[in-house]
Amino acid sequence: MQLDVTPTALSGIAVDLRSIRRVFPGPVTAVDGVDLHIAPGEFVAILGPSGCGKSTLLKIIAGLDIPDSGSVQVAPVRNAHRSIGYVFQDAYLLPWRNVMSNVALPLELIGVTRTERLAAAANAIERVGLADAMARYPAELSGGMRMRVSLARALVTNPSLLLLDEPFAALDEITRQELDEQLHQLWYEKRMTVIFVTHSIIEATFLAQRAVVLTHRPARIVLDHRLELPEMRTAALRIDPQFAGQMRVLFEALERGEEKSV
Amino acid sequence: MSARYFMRHVLPPVVPAIAVTLTAELAVRQGWVPSFLIPAPSQVVASLLRDWPELWGATLDTADASLIGFAMSIAIGSLIAIALSSAPWVQRAFYPYAVFFQTVPIIAIAPLLVIWFGWDRTVVASAFIVSIFPIIANTLTGLLSTDPALRDLFRLYDARRLATLVKLRLPFALPHIMTGLRIGAGLAVIGAIVGEFITGAGIGGSIIVSRQQNRVDKVFAGLLLASLLGIALFMVINLISRLALRHWHASEAGE
Repeated sequence: MQLDVTPTALSGIAVDLRSIRRVFPGPVTAVDGVDLHIAPGEFVAILGPSGCGKSTLLKIIAGLDIPDSGSVQVAPVRNAHRSIGYVFQDAYLLPWRNVMSNVALPLELIGVTRTERLAAAANAIERVGLADAMARYPAELSGGMRMRVSLARALVTNPSLLLLDEPFAALDEITRQELDEQLHQLWYEKRMTVIFVTHSIIEATFLAQRAVVLTHRPARIVLDHRLELPEMRTAALRIDPQFAGQMRVLFEALERGEEKSV
Repeated sequence: MSARYFMRHVLPPVVPAIAVTLTAELAVRQGWVPSFLIPAPSQVVASLLRDWPELWGATLDTADASLIGFAMSIAIGSLIAIALSSAPWVQRAFYPYAVFFQTVPIIAIAPLLVIWFGWDRTVVASAFIVSIFPIIANTLTGLLSTDPALRDLFRLYDARRLATLVKLRLPFALPHIMTGLRIGAGLAVIGAIVGEFITGAGIGGSIIVSRQQNRVDKVFAGLLLASLLGIALFMVINLISRLALRHWHASEAGE
């Protein structure tokens, strides 16, 4: 059975960007006139060449960066710091804390009681399949495991908006596919809004319900495409002819974006 | 301790020490070097044994003053570094004056210290002044090197300034802080001895008096104890550093 996620999803939050423009000293225009509406519970991939301003866009959505012009609305936000989870390009764990206490950190900063945050952290760690590694330190983990911990840390507050900035880019292909599948599964069950920034066409096609392709700096939208693929994604989808067709759509858009910016 | 460990780690530094000691002994006994310039190692050992109560008491005094001065440097130096790291303008305004501690000729102001702090506290003050700068400088570098992504993470969850300092910036600065402590520890002992040159207490005082009495052997005995004190302090800091950073690197965590 096929379901369109947009009307049914209630747990996520909506993001509304209007003519976002961000100029860095230089001056370098990173983002120029981006309009984007993301419905609650949508899984959107933002695809663009490296250094095109995708990360800047994500930071603006998270409230970690402020646009020079345009408006950002993230709604409904009751207590913002609980509803947004953010996964960085690298794991960025605190090396002096073990897995458990790294994952519990956001709750600690928010002021959740110890018992409550340890329970939530254990739960998040289990969700990413690291139950055996709770007492270990980041230096003892592989790159893939560290990224999982990072994902668990973002999930620990039960965010209704999950932002990921090329999270698996530094990992090997096999680990990356595994984590993509896990992430998709998490979204499928929880239906939070997910914005996934990547420069990988395969990853964007595999994960997202909708892909937004950006031009090279300054970032503008060349294509906003709803992927014509089943909602439930499994590993086998990657070798499906339909999958290749969708990848082609994104690939051509990326090419067009390159031409425009040159 | 295995034979292999002994050969690799203990023997290399011991061999030059034995060689130098034997050469010195030989040089003095053969009359190549007059013993009022450099004492034979056996004379130094003899002095250590004969004057032990006095020398040991002096060493304890110096150790006491160095440790108090060093502890004050750590406490006050860290606070100064935290204050300096709070905003770029604070740093621009006050950091040049922190450099003062680095450049001040301690031997020249030691007499002033006596006037300001009295005989008893001069040694501690001197140890403090000499050891505080590396602690300020390294702690500040550490505090300013926090990864921007981690700062973003803390901002995302609206972490308070104090929480960010205690849970992120200070622990993140730990390797730098430890470097500052390692440098500061040795300097604190030097500072204390310079202070003692003026006040006449501790190893510094003993060295001055021994020199006036032409007891080069006892001067060397004092020097030996002073450097052993510095080395002991350095090793303690190394141990603390190893314990504090044991999880940071896989090599130290796994073993």
